[in-house]
Order: sequence, then structure tokens, then C-alpha cells
Amino acid sequence: MRRFALIAVPYAWLLALFLIPFLIVFKISLSDAALAIPPYAPTLKDGFGALIEGLDLENFWFLTTDDLYYKAYLSSLKIAALSTFLTLLVGYPMAYGMARAPEEWRATLMMLVILPFWTSFLIRVYAWVGILSNEGLLNQLLLWIGLISEPLTILNTPTAVYIGIVYTYLPFMILPIYAALDRMDDSLIEAAEDLGCSRLTAFWLVTVPLSKNGIIAGCFLVFIPALGEFVIPSLLGGSGTLMIGKVLFEEFFNNRDWPVASAVAVILLLILIVPIVLFQRNQQKQAEAEK
Amino acid sequence: MVPSLSILDRKEKCTVSSPVFAPWDDPNEKPLIRFENVSKRFGSFIAIDDLTINIYAQEFFALLGPSGCGKTTMMRMLAGFESVTEGRILLSGKDIAAVPPNQRAVNMMFQSYALFPHLSIWDNIAFGLRRDKMPKDKIDARVAEMLKLTRLEEFARRKPHQISGGQRQRVALARSLAKAPKLLLLDEPLGALDKKLRQDTQFELMDIQESTGTTFVIVTHDQEEAMTVASRVAVMDEGRIIQVASPANIYETPNSVYVADFIGDVNIISGTAKPAGKDRYFVDWVPNQAPIVAVSETGFSDGQKCHLAIRPEKISITKDKPEDVENAVEGKVLDIAYLGNLSTYHVELPGGQIIKAQTANTRRISNRGITWEDPVWIRWNATAGVLLEQ
Amino acid sequence: MKRLSALNITALTLGFAFLYLPMVLLVIYSFNSSKLVTVWAGFSTQWYGSLLRDEAFLDAAWVTLQVAVISSTMATLLGTMAAYVLVNSGRFFGRTLFSGMIYAPLVMPEVITGLSLLLLFIGIGLDRGILTIVLAHTTFSMCYVSVVVSSRLVSFDRSLEEAALDLGCNRFDAFRLVTLPIIAPAVIAGWLLAFTLSLDDLVIASFVSGPSSTTLPIKIWSAVRLGVTPEINALSTLMIGIVTVGVITASIISKRSAIAAQRDAQTAERAE
Repeated sequence: MRRFALIAVPYAWLLALFLIPFLIVFKISLSDAALAIPPYAPTLKDGFGALIEGLDLENFWFLTTDDLYYKAYLSSLKIAALSTFLTLLVGYPMAYGMARAPEEWRATLMMLVILPFWTSFLIRVYAWVGILSNEGLLNQLLLWIGLISEPLTILNTPTAVYIGIVYTYLPFMILPIYAALDRMDDSLIEAAEDLGCSRLTAFWLVTVPLSKNGIIAGCFLVFIPALGEFVIPSLLGGSGTLMIGKVLFEEFFNNRDWPVASAVAVILLLILIVPIVLFQRNQQKQAEAEK
Repeated sequence: MVPSLSILDRKEKCTVSSPVFAPWDDPNEKPLIRFENVSKRFGSFIAIDDLTINIYAQEFFALLGPSGCGKTTMMRMLAGFESVTEGRILLSGKDIAAVPPNQRAVNMMFQSYALFPHLSIWDNIAFGLRRDKMPKDKIDARVAEMLKLTRLEEFARRKPHQISGGQRQRVALARSLAKAPKLLLLDEPLGALDKKLRQDTQFELMDIQESTGTTFVIVTHDQEEAMTVASRVAVMDEGRIIQVASPANIYETPNSVYVADFIGDVNIISGTAKPAGKDRYFVDWVPNQAPIVAVSETGFSDGQKCHLAIRPEKISITKDKPEDVENAVEGKVLDIAYLGNLSTYHVELPGGQIIKAQTANTRRISNRGITWEDPVWIRWNATAGVLLEQ
Repeated sequence: MKRLSALNITALTLGFAFLYLPMVLLVIYSFNSSKLVTVWAGFSTQWYGSLLRDEAFLDAAWVTLQVAVISSTMATLLGTMAAYVLVNSGRFFGRTLFSGMIYAPLVMPEVITGLSLLLLFIGIGLDRGILTIVLAHTTFSMCYVSVVVSSRLVSFDRSLEEAALDLGCNRFDAFRLVTLPIIAPAVIAGWLLAFTLSLDDLVIASFVSGPSSTTLPIKIWSAVRLGVTPEINALSTLMIGIVTVGVITASIISKRSAIAAQRDAQTAERAE
């Protein structure tokens, strides 16, 4: 009985506040705008038949007619993929450097990587506004050095979004790679060098394959949230950057078109399912390998 | 940690001068624990297979077997952490199936010791007493008694990670004994200790078992440990008990090749039996060799397959052909293992079988004159081996 | 000894400069006396003063703090229960769905979580306010708590709980007296994580908050959309300062306990 209560409480909570809301989104995405005003007629009270009857794929059809959505999905995928790659480029050398740092530094370096994670996300994104704007600190610096004569326009372009994503998600990339590299036995590199590898080939043939799981995990940890990102494109990307999270937000709050917003959410989720399933599988494989 | 003389003295007294402790031979004695046709299945895996056994009060009972033989499952059923699929377990004549672990008069010492890391040694020992709502002064007295018994007085205020492995083992023992259980279960209690410490601790365990009069059931895969501490040993394999007997009987009169092989070192010679007078048999083992003479109380029919199990120390080795002996076979020395106190000779017999013969090195630096490739004779008495059906 | 080459040192220096320079600049410019945030015009703490006199900010901070404390406490309770169920309960009806619901919110885009909860609250006619934010935050933070706690529970030696049962505890006492004290660091870490997530959340709160329940991130958001303002710099500095002090304290405590553990190990050796 007690065991039942232990399971039932969190279970019921998640059903009520996670699963059911999501089913509502799914249902509204299939409803007409007029019906999507609370209490979302038809409801279950009118019977299951009526519930089904009012549903159609009109909203999804609408998404295909306006190329805004189609472009937003593609652009989100592109931005997420490219910024994941950039994060890897920045994160891998850092993780590698940390793993090769003297033992007594590592706890401090680790803390330095985690610290930004505890600081407000919004503030970390906001910090870049002052740096990247036309009269911002970066332009001031570049002008002062004499590298440029005209201020560069970085803020409100996709470049700013890339910088923002790499900056905010960097810890997510570093930590799994560092964990993988840290577990690696140093004598493996020595063995490879002993068997005739140069430093660089030993790195390619031993270190990189052994940190593969960390790289994969890190990439998913950046790619998945970046795909649905809202704050970064809104704050740094300006009106020129299309990302689906932003479109959803605007569809809902500015256009007040709930069914279309719901349809956008459903498709975003469908797009996310593939990387999420792949990520889960990678994690499971890793967990099994460690057993 | 060297066992004091008094412990050894008491052991002497117990085994020599006091009447033999053997309640299992007394038909009027009621068992403390009785497994009655107990089976335990995990899905399709049979952990315990229709097992019946009696364990008597004040026994030091060892469950011995390889890992996966079901010994730990038996113990966990006694403690109440596993249910019984079929059959009953009786404690003092009462079925304990419905009694949850926290209400059984049974305590367990865990293999990992399971000491609560956040509590001091004192609090660990007092843990069970507090659950019983014992008055404070009685708890103090009982914990002090337990600390004294296990010689841990000076460590009472320490936490488990601040003491050594051997001391942790004693805390675990003290904690499980504190509630004065009818039955104490010990799951590989010495498994985590190194060899030297383990041997000393074995005597300590026996001493504590005697002085508290508690019934101990110990699970172990270490046959030496089981032989040293136990009054009776149950040898298990694949969910079944193969033999239950005193250590000496297990060693000298095993009931099967499995038991003979599991306990100590043994030579097995397979052949066919031919009756040769009362309790005497000839064993034909290879063609063109004289049959082996063996004595057995178990009956064998003419031509029945049989296995002769002989311990290496019961076989002697000489360079010359011995006269007037029941069994003597010529062979060639393949290997000599010098162990200090003993030497084991591996002798190849005609037909290719290799027999181990052991001699005690009673004299220092004596030239025994036997070396590799030497032709030698091995011999043994008709009563030296046990004739087994399987 | 490990070789730390010039290349590694460069990577670490540049990397950490990238991570910390923006925040350092933010902190420096919060003391700028000029309203023009990108031009240095001398040291001043005037923006802190005007921030602390701004009723709207103080109200938002108070709302955020209330939401964070309540939701992280509830999330810790529910998340610990969920972790315990996932690790210890073996099979039960709907287990796959349950573990799916625990892990899904971790990867669900915030816009979707926010949208779906808002539609639920409207559907059942619940007025948007502190309560709805608390419900929303509890739901997604409990999943984080559950992940943190279950990773600790997995390595928890089950025989400790069995020993407690063996010594006369019922299930609840065994949890209260043995399991909980041992997993307490993970539970506390879970609470801190939930607390931070709640303090930090903008997107979900934007969906489910009402006009009377503006949280600090929403307030910051509406200010920064118009560009850089010195008050927000001051506020950011305060928040960064609090977090930095917190994290450094925590790491000093864990370093101390590591040293204590080492000393204990030495004591144990000498105890032989």
C-alpha cells in the first residue's frame, strides 16, 4: 500500500502536468482556431465521437503553405548543427587541456567550467549584447587597434546567434568529453608512441576514438536544446534570424493563433525525436559498456 | 590479533574433554530451523530445489559451495529478504513465511558489513537495540558488553571509515549480535580480510559463538574456512545439498566425487567393482594391471562402475618396490611441487593417469632421492580411499 | 606527471577567457557612471542605488524567490520519490511511461513545455499567478532532481537498507534513518539545482505567469529587449556575485571533506 502511494504521487503529478498538457497541445493542433478558445470545444464531455470529428490536419496544411515555417525549421536545424560543430571545436581543446592538466588544478578548472552553468542563462546571453553591438566593446577594440575602419554589424545577425549558443552551451560540451578523456589511461598514448606513432597520429588513432562517446554525448547535449532555443535568437539574432522556438513564441503571443502554435510545437517535437532517440541509445550503449 | 591461549584451550576442552556435541544424531532433539521441501525460483531459474534440512540450536553450521549454488539465497530466505516459492521454513517449529525481516529473531552479518557510514561505531551497535525501544541504560550496558566482546572499546566514537577492515568486521559482528538473536547469519564474514587476518578471525568467531551460545549459520565458498569453524558443513551445488556432515566426515567419507573434489585435493581412479569378501572389492581400472583393493561399506554389484577417491597424503612414494602391501603401482615422476612443509609428487601411471602423492617434510634439508623422470612406486592401504558410485 | 604543452595552455587560457570575459565586462560596466553603457565615464555605484529603489524589480525578486523556494522544495520531494521508485521498485505497471515522463522534460524545448502547461491551466480555468508558476517549475525541476538523486541511489549499497530492516526497522524508518542521511548530499544538490532552474527560467514563466506575478527573469527580459541598461548590469553583477560566492563556498566545503576523508583513511590504516 505504501509502495503504491510512493509510485502513485509522482506518477499522477507527471501525468497531470506533463502528459495531459502535451495531449492538449496535440489536440489543439488539430482543431480550428474558433474552437481553440477555452474550453476547447468539443471536449470529452460531448463524447469521443465529437472529439474526433472536429479534428483535421488543416493547421499542419497551413504550415506547408507559408514558407516562413518551412524556412524556420530548416534554419533552426542549420543553426543548431553548425553551432554544435563550433562548440565542439572550442570545447574539445579545453576538455583535452583540462584532462592533461596537473591533478591539483583539475578540481578548480572543473569548477570554472561549471560556475557559468549556475549563473543566469539570460544574463549570460545579455552580456553579449553590450559586446557585439555596433558601438559595443568588440567594435571599439577593433577600431582602436585599427583592424577595421567601420564598425562591424554583428548583433542581430546569425553570427551573434552562433556566438551566443557556443558561449552558453560550452559547458555541456566540455563536461562529457572531459569525463571520457579523464577515464582514459595515459599509458595508452605511451604505448601508441612506443609502437611508432607520432604525437599527432597517437591523438588521432587513440585519444579521439576513446573520447568518441563523450563527443557524441556533448554534441547531442548542445544540439537538442539549441534546436528549440528561444532566448538567444530573440536577444542576439534580431528579426533577420529565423528559429522555430522564436516563431512558436511569436505565433502564440503576437498572433494569438493557438492552433498554429500547437502545430508548430508538434512538428518541432517530431524533429527532435530522432536526435533524442539516438542520444538515448548512445547513453545506453555507454552504460552497458561500462558494466 | 593472535588468538590468545585461552581460546585454544577452550577449543581443546570442547573437542576433547566435553561430551561430543552432535544434536543431529539425537532423534529426540528438536531442530531450531527446519527447511521443509523448500524451493525457490527466480523466473525460470531454480535457485533452491526441493531442499530439506535441519539446523540445531548452538550449532555452527556452514553452507559451502561455489558461487551461484544457492547458499546465499538460503541465507536471505532465513533473514526474510527472499520469499519461499514452495515449502516451509520453520524457526522453533513455527513457519516464518509471514514474518517480515524486521520482526524475525534472526540477525544477519552482511558480506559488505553494511555498516552505516553516517553513524559512529557505538551508534551502529546500538541501532538495533534502539529499534526495540530498549531503555537507555540497558542500551548503554549492552553496547558496552558488545564492544568488550569484540575488543572495540577504544573505537566506540569513531566512524566506520576511520577504522581498519578487521575492526569493521568486528563491528558488523557486534551489531548483529547485540540483539541476542536466536540465529545469526553470516554471509562470507571473512571474505574481505587478507589471509593471515582471516585465519586469526576464524578462531575469534568460534570463541564468540561458544561464549554467546548463539546458533551461527555461515555462508562461504572457502572450504578451509568452513572446515575450521563449523560443527557441520553442508556442501551445495545447483540448489541442492549434496552432503551434510561434520568436517572430518566430509573430508574422510565424502558421499560423491563432487564433494571429494570440492573439499581438498583428491585423486579419482575410475573403474569397475568386483566383490572380494565382506566389504572388500577389487577395482579393475586399466587393462593388464592388478586390480586395486578397496574397502567400502556401501555395496557394489559385480561389474558396477565406481570411482575410488584417495587423498594425496594417504599415498606414499618410494623408489623401491614395496613388499606386503595391498596396493602398489609403478609410475614415473612428472612434477614435484615443494610447498615447504609438504612435497607433492605428480606420478604418471601406466595408462597415462596422473596421481598426486604427498609426503610431509619432517626433516630439514634431507635428500629424498626422488627427482624428475625417476621410476617410482606408489602405495596405499585398502582403507585409504573411499569407493564412490558417482 | 602529465605534460601540459604550450598548446594546451593556450587552449585553456583562450577558452576560459571566452567563458569569463563577457561576465567580467558586465561587472565592470555596472560601475560605470555613464548612462551610455559602452563608454567608460568613471566609477560609480549609482545604478545599484537606483536598482534597489525600483519597486518593480524588488517585487519581481520577491515573487521569484517565493516561487523558487516552494517549487524546488516540492520538486525535491517528488523527484526523490520518483528516483527511489525508478531505482528500487523493479517492474510495475506503466514503468516505461513513468521513466519516459521523467526523462522527457529534460530534453523538451521550454517553449513546448510552457505552451502545453498554459493550455492546461486555461483549460481547467486556473488563474495564472504564483501558483501556476510553482506548478510548472515543480514539474520540470522534479525531473532534474530525480536524475541527480537516482544517480546517487544506483551506487547506494542496498545491503545497508537490508541491514536496517534486519535490525528491526520498518521500510519507512530504514529510509529515514539510513538511506536519507547517506544520499542527503545528492538530495541537497538536487534542491539547489531545482532552485537555480526556477530562478533562471524565463520561457516557461512567460507562458504561465499572470500580470500580478512577474518574475525577475521576465522583468529583466522586458528591460533588455530594448538594449543594454546599466540597472540590469548592476542586477547581473549582484546575481553573478551571489552564485560565485555560493559555488566557491561549496567547493571549499567539498575540498575540506575530501581532506578529512583522506585523514580518516590514514587513521584507519594506523588502527591496524
